[in-house]
Amino acid sequence: MLLKLLLRNALRHKLRNALTVCGLCIAILAFGMLRTVISAWYAGVEASSANRLVTRNAISLLFSLPLSYREKIRAVAGVKTVSYGNWFGGIYIDEKNFFANFAVEPKAYLEMYPEYIVPEEQKEAFLRDRKACAVGAKLAKRFGWEIGHTITLKGTIFPGNWELVLRAIYTGREKSTDQSQFFFHWDYLNESLRKTAPSRADKVGFYMIGLTKADLAARTAEAIDSMFQNSFAETITETEKAFQMGFVSLSEAIITAIRLVSLVIIAIIMAVVANTMIMSVRERMGEYAVFKTLGFGPMYLVGMIFGESLFITCFGGGLGILLTFPVAKGFGVAVGDWFPVFNVAQETIYMDCVAAVAVGLIASVFPAWRAVHVGIAEGLRRIG
Amino acid sequence: MTEPNNIIVEINDLSKSYRRGGQILPVLEHISLNIEEGTFLALMGPSGSGKSTLLNLIAGLDQADHGVIRIGGVDITTLGESELAEWRARNVGFIFQFYNLIPVLTAFENVELPLILTKLSKKQRREHVSTALELVKLHDRMDHYPRQLSGGQQQRVAIARAVVTDPTILVADEPTGDLDRVSAEEVLQLMERLSLDLGKTIIMVTHDPRAARKANLMKYLDKGILANAPEATFTECS
Repeated sequence: MLLKLLLRNALRHKLRNALTVCGLCIAILAFGMLRTVISAWYAGVEASSANRLVTRNAISLLFSLPLSYREKIRAVAGVKTVSYGNWFGGIYIDEKNFFANFAVEPKAYLEMYPEYIVPEEQKEAFLRDRKACAVGAKLAKRFGWEIGHTITLKGTIFPGNWELVLRAIYTGREKSTDQSQFFFHWDYLNESLRKTAPSRADKVGFYMIGLTKADLAARTAEAIDSMFQNSFAETITETEKAFQMGFVSLSEAIITAIRLVSLVIIAIIMAVVANTMIMSVRERMGEYAVFKTLGFGPMYLVGMIFGESLFITCFGGGLGILLTFPVAKGFGVAVGDWFPVFNVAQETIYMDCVAAVAVGLIASVFPAWRAVHVGIAEGLRRIG
Repeated sequence: MTEPNNIIVEINDLSKSYRRGGQILPVLEHISLNIEEGTFLALMGPSGSGKSTLLNLIAGLDQADHGVIRIGGVDITTLGESELAEWRARNVGFIFQFYNLIPVLTAFENVELPLILTKLSKKQRREHVSTALELVKLHDRMDHYPRQLSGGQQQRVAIARAVVTDPTILVADEPTGDLDRVSAEEVLQLMERLSLDLGKTIIMVTHDPRAARKANLMKYLDKGILANAPEATFTECS
């Protein structure tokens, strides 16, 4: 009966409560989307493996390292595989068609990334052909590329038109795997540089290092860096996660701002729901006095007010959560260039739920307190 | 528990005052009153005389400054908030001027409301509600919401709600104050029947001499002091 009363009260002012539910739905949707944007920012970090290290020039990523370091690194205890590569920074037709493209040593690289699933025959074709490239399925879909297509990248860091043949399309083992990257043979780049810019040849932008065991990361990184200490190209070696975090931290201010905005949205909707509940409770003060007169204790009133508030917020929040998925999908397509992985994380849904429940509870604290503390005689005077 | 001499309400030296902006305004002063079981008492007096305050104190809705109120042998001035709420649920039936039904509940559900606090099963509650609605002759309107009922019908539902728990006393604050003459008469007849046929103890605050006529005891309250009703009131009533 009290549940029935709670539900009927929640539907009593249809327009007011519908608008509150609508506001809550939009707020939870916006909150979920902003949290998803933050998650997308960290997608690279999340996708990082604990048993991969990145070695780069200690001065900056803009400075390269000699290819000769490869064998020395390979000899360090704990190192299983070594690959290397360069950020190529090529443009496909137009600058707006941005995607990450790398020249890498492909064999060890693919071994190190088991999360990239490549059909065996495509993998072999890719490794065999020096002018071959491999791309993520999402990127291939974006530009309608198929196996055998010739793709021309216009070099910015390495000038010229680079014609590459698509030999492999990888998919992601995990939902969080970035499927919008482009790889081709570092040897192809290096051979060309030997002819056109010999001073830039035989140099790599980074080394990717596969470890035998993840817990050797700190010791191995230290060993590598100390090996090249006081050399003309000192190194910094860090876990892939730390390396990715370095990029993310460049946008830390933006991420903090997005976090704050998401909390502000929740605070605003909390005030809106609290206002709705205050209005409802004020209108029903006489009814609550009747309940008290009949012998209903404070806990009944608190239960009714909190229950009604939670019903509104959970309904609005539920709608917001349901809408988050299609909206995130559409948004992900629209901003795919910047966020290759744009998935609504389970954690975001939990946060949405917590936010909706917290709004419902906090918004009803003051109205419930008032309803409980107004004297019966005073409450009854509000009728008539 | 009823006293041996059938005194159901015993009030001794009761005082109550309100504080308004630093000033203390006495509302009731040294009131003493005994009401026997089955009495239908009409409490009259001018506005601001303290009638509703006295009714609220008897019903356990307010706390006295001084004095004792014993209902059915229980001194309610010694009870705490939650004990008082429990006591009200078991011992007092309320009839208000503006009916005070819950608008989102049907007549049946409104009458059932006080029974939620009892240990009765759903079936037993249903039986009690049906009996109460039959008593006020509104059994056929049990599924109607208050807005679908006339003022008189709403007040009859309120009476059914007041009697459904079979309380020790019924308190009514201006029960006919918001009704037309015909509806008021119906409600008063019903209350008279509750007193005469079912032996209910009723304490009714009213301005209406016609309503007071239905009572078998009349008291007059003026400036916080209780007295027997003045001759003029009797004359007006008869």
